[in-house]
Amino acid sequence: MFTYLIRRLLYAIPILLGVILLTFLLFRVVNTPAQQAINALGQKSSMAARDEWIKTRGLDQPLTAQFRVHVWRMATFNFEPSETSKRPMGEVFRQGVVPSLCVTFPGFVLGFIISLTLSLYQVFARHSAADRGITVLCIMMMSVPTVVYIIFGQAVLALGSNWFPVSGFQPGLGAIRFLLLPVAIMAIINLGYDARMFRAIFLEEIAQDYVRTAYAKGLPATKVLSRHVLKNGMIALITLVVGQLPKLIMGTLLIESFFGIPGIGNVLVQAIQTGDQPAVMACAYLGALLYILALTLTDILYAVADPRIRLS
Amino acid sequence: MDALKLFTDVFGAAFFFALGFVFLWWVAMPPLFIPWMRSDREAWERWGSWSTLLLAGVVAMYYGVRYFIQLPSWLSGDLLLVGGLGGVTFLLVRAASSERWERALRRFRGDRLGLAALSVVCLYIFVGALETFRLPMGEFGAEKSLLDLIVQKIPNERSYSAPLASKLLNDTSAEPTPLNSNFHLLGTEQLGKDVFVETLKGCRTALILGGLTSAIYIPLGALMGLLGGYFRKWVDDLVQYLYSVLASVPEILLLVSIMFVQGQNRNLLGMSIALGVTGWVGLCRLVRGETMRQSERTYVTAARSIGQSHWQIMMRHLLPNVMHLVLINFVLGFSSIVLTEAVLSYLGVGCPVGTASWGLMIDSGRSELSRDPVVWWNLTAAAVALFGLVLALNLLGDSLRRAFDPKRS
Amino acid sequence: MPLLDIRQLAIHFHTESGVVEAVKGINLTLEKGETLAIVGESGSGKSVTGMALTRLLPEPPTKYASGEIIFDGKDVLKMRADDLRKLRGGRIAYVFQEPSTSLNPVFTIRNQIAEAIRLHRPEVKNLDAEIVKHLELVGIKDAAARLHSYPHQLSGGMQQRVMIAMALSCQPDLLVADEPTTALDVTIQAQIMDQFRELRRTLDMAIILITHNFGIIDGFADKVAVMFRGRIVEHGSTREVLTNPQHPYTKALIQCIPRLGAHQKRLITIDHAALDALERK
Repeated sequence: MFTYLIRRLLYAIPILLGVILLTFLLFRVVNTPAQQAINALGQKSSMAARDEWIKTRGLDQPLTAQFRVHVWRMATFNFEPSETSKRPMGEVFRQGVVPSLCVTFPGFVLGFIISLTLSLYQVFARHSAADRGITVLCIMMMSVPTVVYIIFGQAVLALGSNWFPVSGFQPGLGAIRFLLLPVAIMAIINLGYDARMFRAIFLEEIAQDYVRTAYAKGLPATKVLSRHVLKNGMIALITLVVGQLPKLIMGTLLIESFFGIPGIGNVLVQAIQTGDQPAVMACAYLGALLYILALTLTDILYAVADPRIRLS
Repeated sequence: MDALKLFTDVFGAAFFFALGFVFLWWVAMPPLFIPWMRSDREAWERWGSWSTLLLAGVVAMYYGVRYFIQLPSWLSGDLLLVGGLGGVTFLLVRAASSERWERALRRFRGDRLGLAALSVVCLYIFVGALETFRLPMGEFGAEKSLLDLIVQKIPNERSYSAPLASKLLNDTSAEPTPLNSNFHLLGTEQLGKDVFVETLKGCRTALILGGLTSAIYIPLGALMGLLGGYFRKWVDDLVQYLYSVLASVPEILLLVSIMFVQGQNRNLLGMSIALGVTGWVGLCRLVRGETMRQSERTYVTAARSIGQSHWQIMMRHLLPNVMHLVLINFVLGFSSIVLTEAVLSYLGVGCPVGTASWGLMIDSGRSELSRDPVVWWNLTAAAVALFGLVLALNLLGDSLRRAFDPKRS
Repeated sequence: MPLLDIRQLAIHFHTESGVVEAVKGINLTLEKGETLAIVGESGSGKSVTGMALTRLLPEPPTKYASGEIIFDGKDVLKMRADDLRKLRGGRIAYVFQEPSTSLNPVFTIRNQIAEAIRLHRPEVKNLDAEIVKHLELVGIKDAAARLHSYPHQLSGGMQQRVMIAMALSCQPDLLVADEPTTALDVTIQAQIMDQFRELRRTLDMAIILITHNFGIIDGFADKVAVMFRGRIVEHGSTREVLTNPQHPYTKALIQCIPRLGAHQKRLITIDHAALDALERK
C-alpha cells in the first residue's frame, strides 16, 4: 500500500504542471499583450498607458521567459496582486477561507446525509410507488437551475416572509442567522442528482451474491442495507461525491455572491465583474489545486475502504 | 423585392408543413394515439422518410437562396450547426441498424413518459427552428425570422407592463396612456419587448448553444475515447493525461476563465467552444471504458485476423457499439449545457447583452424582484421555459437509458 | 413427522414477457438426518425449489402459486417475517454456488461468521473460539491465523469451506447446498465432496444437495429426486434410481456419467423432442 500511495502522489505532479501550463496558455498566450492591455485598461486607453502596462508586467519578454516566471510564481504561491484592489491574492484568500467554509462544509454534509438516507430508503422500498415518486421528484429537483433556487429562496423566504435575513455576514456566532438559508440551498442543489446516483449504486450492490447470503443468514433488510450494502457501495460513493466538488464550487460562487457572504467565491465573482485578470487566474489555479488534492485524497480513502486495494 | 416576399411566403408555408408533418409522423401521433400505426410500421416509415426528405429539400432551398442573393452571412453559425448535427445524425442512423438499437427502439416506443418527453423536446426544437430561418424582410434590410412573422401583431411598448395589463407599470396618472396592444400574455420587460416572445426566442439560443457545443464535444470526446481505449499504451496515457489536466480545473472556473479571456467580443460560438472544450472529458471517459471492454471481445481479434485496418475496426465495429452511450450522453449533456448557460449569463460571462437568452432574463429578473411594484414575469417565464426543457431532456435521457439497458433501472 | 414436507408446490415468475412456471407442482419429504439429492439440468427448477424453502426468492416477480412447505410442523409460505428470519440460518442454512462472490469482500471471514452466530446463538460468549472450532471442522488448517483474512485472500476451495463453516456455525437442522462444487475445479470438487461426506457422518443434520451432476451423489445421498422442467420425474432411494431408472430422462442422465474403462463411441445426447411428447401426455 505504501508504494500505491507514493505512486498516487507522484502522479499528481505532472497534472499540476499541466494545469500551470494551461493557465499560462489561457491567460498569457491566447490574447496578445496588446489585447490584454485593452481588456484591462479599456478601449479608450492611450497607447502610452497600454505600453506602460505591458512593460510593468513583463509581457514584452519572449514567451519562454514569461513561462519560467509564471511557473515559479505558481509553484511558490506568489500570485500577482489583484488589478483592482492592489492587494496580494494570498492575503485575499486567507481572509475569505473561513466564511466560505462556514457555508460549504455544513451544506455539503447536510446534503450528503439527506441523499444517503433517501437513496437507502428507495432501495429498501424498491419498485414501489414511493420509490418511483421520489425518483421523479429528484429528476425535477435536478432540472431547476441553481440560480432559480437562490432567487426563490431570497425572494419568497427572505423578502416575503421575514424569517431569514436576505444577505450579509457577521463574524462569530451571530453568523448563524445569516447562514441558515445559504446552507439549506447548498444542501438542496446537489440533492436530486446525488440521491439518484446513490440509488443506482445501491441497486447494483443489492443484486450481488453476498446480499443473498446475508438474507440467507437471517439478517433483516435494514441490517443488510446499512451494513453490507452501504460498506460495499462506499467506494463508488466516494468517487461520486468527490466528482461533485466542481459543482459545489459553482454553488459556492453563486450563493456567496447572492447572499453577500465575503468568501472566496465572492472574490472570484467580483474579479470577473471588474475584469481583474490576475485575480481570476489565481482563483482558477487555487480551485485546480484543491481539486487535485481532493482526488489524491480519495485514492487514499479507497485504500482505507476496500481491503482488496489495501492488501495488494 | 416581390420575388423575395413570394419566396418567403412559399418557403414559410412549406417549412411549416414539412416540419409539422415530420413532428407528427415520426414522434407524437402514431405511438400515442393511433393503434394501427403501430402495426403498419413500413407505411409509417415510408411517410416519415418522404416528409424528412421534403424538409431536407426545403432547408437546402433556404440556404441556396441565401447564397444566391449573396447575403453576407450565408455561411452562418446556423449552417455549421445544421451541418454538424447532420453529420452526427448520419452516424447515428448507421449505428441504428444494429440489433441492439432495434430492440431499444421497440422498448422506447412503449415508454409513454419517454415519448411525452420527446414530444416536448421536439416542440422546443420546432419553436427554435421558427426563429432560426431568417431573411431580410424588415426595414433597412434587417432580418426577420418566421417567428417574427407570426407574432407581427404583438408590438413593443416603451417599458415594463404587467401581464395582460392595459397600461405601463409606472404609469400612475388618472388617465393612463393606452398600450399598443392589450395582449401581452406575460407582460413586457424593460425595453418594452413582449416577454412571451422573448421566451420563445430564447429557445433558439438554448438549442444553438446545445447543438454547437455537442457538435464540438461529441466528435472530440468520442474520438479520443476510441483512440485511448483501442490503442492503449502511450496513446491511452496521453489521452488520460490530457483529460486529467482539463478535468482538474473545476468546470465553472475553467469556463469562466475561457469566457473571461474572450473579453468583450463574446458570442455564441465562443461560448460553444468553451463548453465543448470542458465537456468532452465526460464522454471520453465513457467511450474509453466501453471501448476497452469491447476491444477485448473476440470479434475484434477476428476482424484484425482478416486484415482490417485499425481505422476500419474502430469505425465499423467499435463505434456502433458505443453509439448508445453517445446518444444518452448527448441528451443529458444538452440539459446541463442549457443550465450552465444560465449560470454563466448571471456571472456576466455568458451571452452578450441583447441576445434573447433565458439566462439573461433570469439575471435581469433578479434585480427586478427588488423593484416596487415587483416585476416577476420576466424571471418566471424564463425559469419555467428553462425548467421545461431541462426536465424533458432529463426524462428523455432516463428513458433512453432504460430502453438500452432495462436491467439497470 | 418428517422434518420437511413439500406438498404440491408451484412457483411462478411474473416477468414483463409473461408468466414463467418454474416449478409445476412437486411433492417431497425429508426426515431428520436424511440426505436428499435434487438432480436436474439448468432450468429444471431445482435451485428455485431450494431457495423457496426459506422464501429467499424476491417476492414481486415470484409468486407461490399453490402448495405448502411444511418445516417442522409450520408452513413456511405462511410464516410471519420475524419467524422467517429465525428460520433462515438458524434452522435452514445455505451454501451457494460461487463462494468468491457469495462472501462479502469488505468484511473479514471472522466478522461474517460472527454475525451469523450473534444472530442465532446469542448465548455464545467466546466467539473467536467457536469460529475457529467450525473452521477446523470443515478442514481449514491454521484456522486461528486465518481468522482475520478477507475472502479475496483465500483460494476458491477455502472460500467454499468458509461458507460451509458459516452455515454450520448456527447448528441448523437442514443444510441446503446449491451446486456447491460447480464453480470449483475438479480436484477441489472431490475434496469438498469428501468434506460433505465427513460432515454427514459426524453431524445429525439433514442435507439437500442440488446439482446437475449425477456422478457426485453416489455414496452420499440417501434419496434422490430428478427434476425436469419444473416437475419431479423420478424419485426414490439412490441405489434404486441409479441401478434401475424408470424415466427416459433419468436413464439418459445416468448414461452421461463418465466411467473408467467404458468403451464409448458416440456421445450420449438427451432427446428433448421425445421428452416433450412424454410431457404432453
